Amino acid sequence: MILTAQTLPDAEALLAELLRQIAPTVGKNTALIGIRTGGVWIAERLHKALGLNIALGTLDVSFYRDDFEQRGLSSQVRPSTIPFSVDEQDLILVDDVLYTGRTIRAAMNELFDYGRPASIRLATLIDRGGRELPIAAQYVGATLDVAPNRNIELQRTDDGRLSLVLREDTKAAGH
Amino acid sequence: MGDPDSSDENNESMTANPQLNRNGELTHLLSIEGLPASILWQILDTARSFVSIGEREVKKVPLLRGKSVFNLFFEASTRTRTTFEIAAKRLSADVINLNIATSSQNKGERLLDTVDNLAAMNADMFIVRHAQSGAAHFIARHVSPNIHVINAGDGRHEHPTQGLLDVFTIRHYKHDFSKLRVAIVGDVLHSRVARSQIHALSILGCPEIRAIGPRTLLPREIQGLGVHVYHDMHEGLKDVDVVTMLRLQNERMQGPLLPSPQEFFKNYGLTPEKLARARPDAIVLHPGPMNRGVEIDSSVADGTQSVILPQVTFGIAVRMAVMSILAGN
Repeated sequence: MILTAQTLPDAEALLAELLRQIAPTVGKNTALIGIRTGGVWIAERLHKALGLNIALGTLDVSFYRDDFEQRGLSSQVRPSTIPFSVDEQDLILVDDVLYTGRTIRAAMNELFDYGRPASIRLATLIDRGGRELPIAAQYVGATLDVAPNRNIELQRTDDGRLSLVLREDTKAAGH
Repeated sequence: MGDPDSSDENNESMTANPQLNRNGELTHLLSIEGLPASILWQILDTARSFVSIGEREVKKVPLLRGKSVFNLFFEASTRTRTTFEIAAKRLSADVINLNIATSSQNKGERLLDTVDNLAAMNADMFIVRHAQSGAAHFIARHVSPNIHVINAGDGRHEHPTQGLLDVFTIRHYKHDFSKLRVAIVGDVLHSRVARSQIHALSILGCPEIRAIGPRTLLPREIQGLGVHVYHDMHEGLKDVDVVTMLRLQNERMQGPLLPSPQEFFKNYGLTPEKLARARPDAIVLHPGPMNRGVEIDSSVADGTQSVILPQVTFGIAVRMAVMSILAGN
């Protein structure tokens, strides 16, 4: 079934599904790292719900993207903050939409410039297929078919509620 | 410098802003003057992210991997060259330092021949320091569009990355330019640092910029830039939020413009007593290298209001931001 605005799933329900999958796997060295921007919103919610001791990390992968030559530097780069040593930690990377896998490649390269984690797993609210790299998510809210000329975007309202919108993809490639 | 009249630039490139490409994006950084505020904000915002890179164990990102950055220093300056070198290396570029003051120019090679030779080696970026104003502009107009040029100081004209790191530092401590009083003290006449800072501050909306110094060291046209001129430190420093001390060049100390370094210190050297005229939370900047006891007292340079060393740290981040924005455009 091709996705339309009417059949978009509820982001809050997908978040609950992610939480259900992650909760039993949490150990004392588990740390969450959200990828800006949507991944950070999800990671904030997961972090609070899981009651993790280790502070939440955030990544802006702009300095590690492989399309810098084509697109240049994003004009809205924000600092990455990892407020703990990643050495020997079990990291869970959190993103909103998993597509080509290139963002996750960039995120992993950046993480290794902070140290040597014991493991990295990946949580994504939506897996839309279309991978261009050998990357898979261990925790998935939903798997969806999305037309190649469309993008799914996560939005957050002022009261913190998450929702999904479908947009025309104005750029050549997505994530 | 070489021979500006022998080149064949068309009129269009002379009139259009040579720093911007067709999309209005920054492709060379030659002067602060003439840049839109949006580009200054973009550089300052991007530099924030690079500050945190410098605090990591691995202080490197792969943005400029495989790029060749040439430090073209026609005028010696170890410190400025080093900061550009570190910035380029933290972006993973390959850096080649050419101290041309002591090499081919002495053999009589024309400036543009030097540039052409390096371009033939597939250079991606030139960082240019030259004793003559306009040298970086001259090179930027000559090179092919895939090469980016950064002015690292040209004569008395501008030193744009220094101006940017000054405003980055001011923003870091003061957050907002819209209510600031900034005083620039000393040899404004010969200072490209002062000129770049004045342009940056006024583009970013700083409402009150003061220049303080003896008549012989303040250029006449400065009031045209909206700068308030003072010859007395006690008056000029009253209630300012930021004090930028300029370096007094050694060659000026003996020259006809000044009686003596001692006399200069007495009138314009920043001492704790003079600094007390500024706001209690005022910060003190200096582009370095400092002449302790000439333009600044040691107790101020090392004091709690001094942000001279943070300027150095931020300078790396600002140069990384400029290089990566240029390379991406």
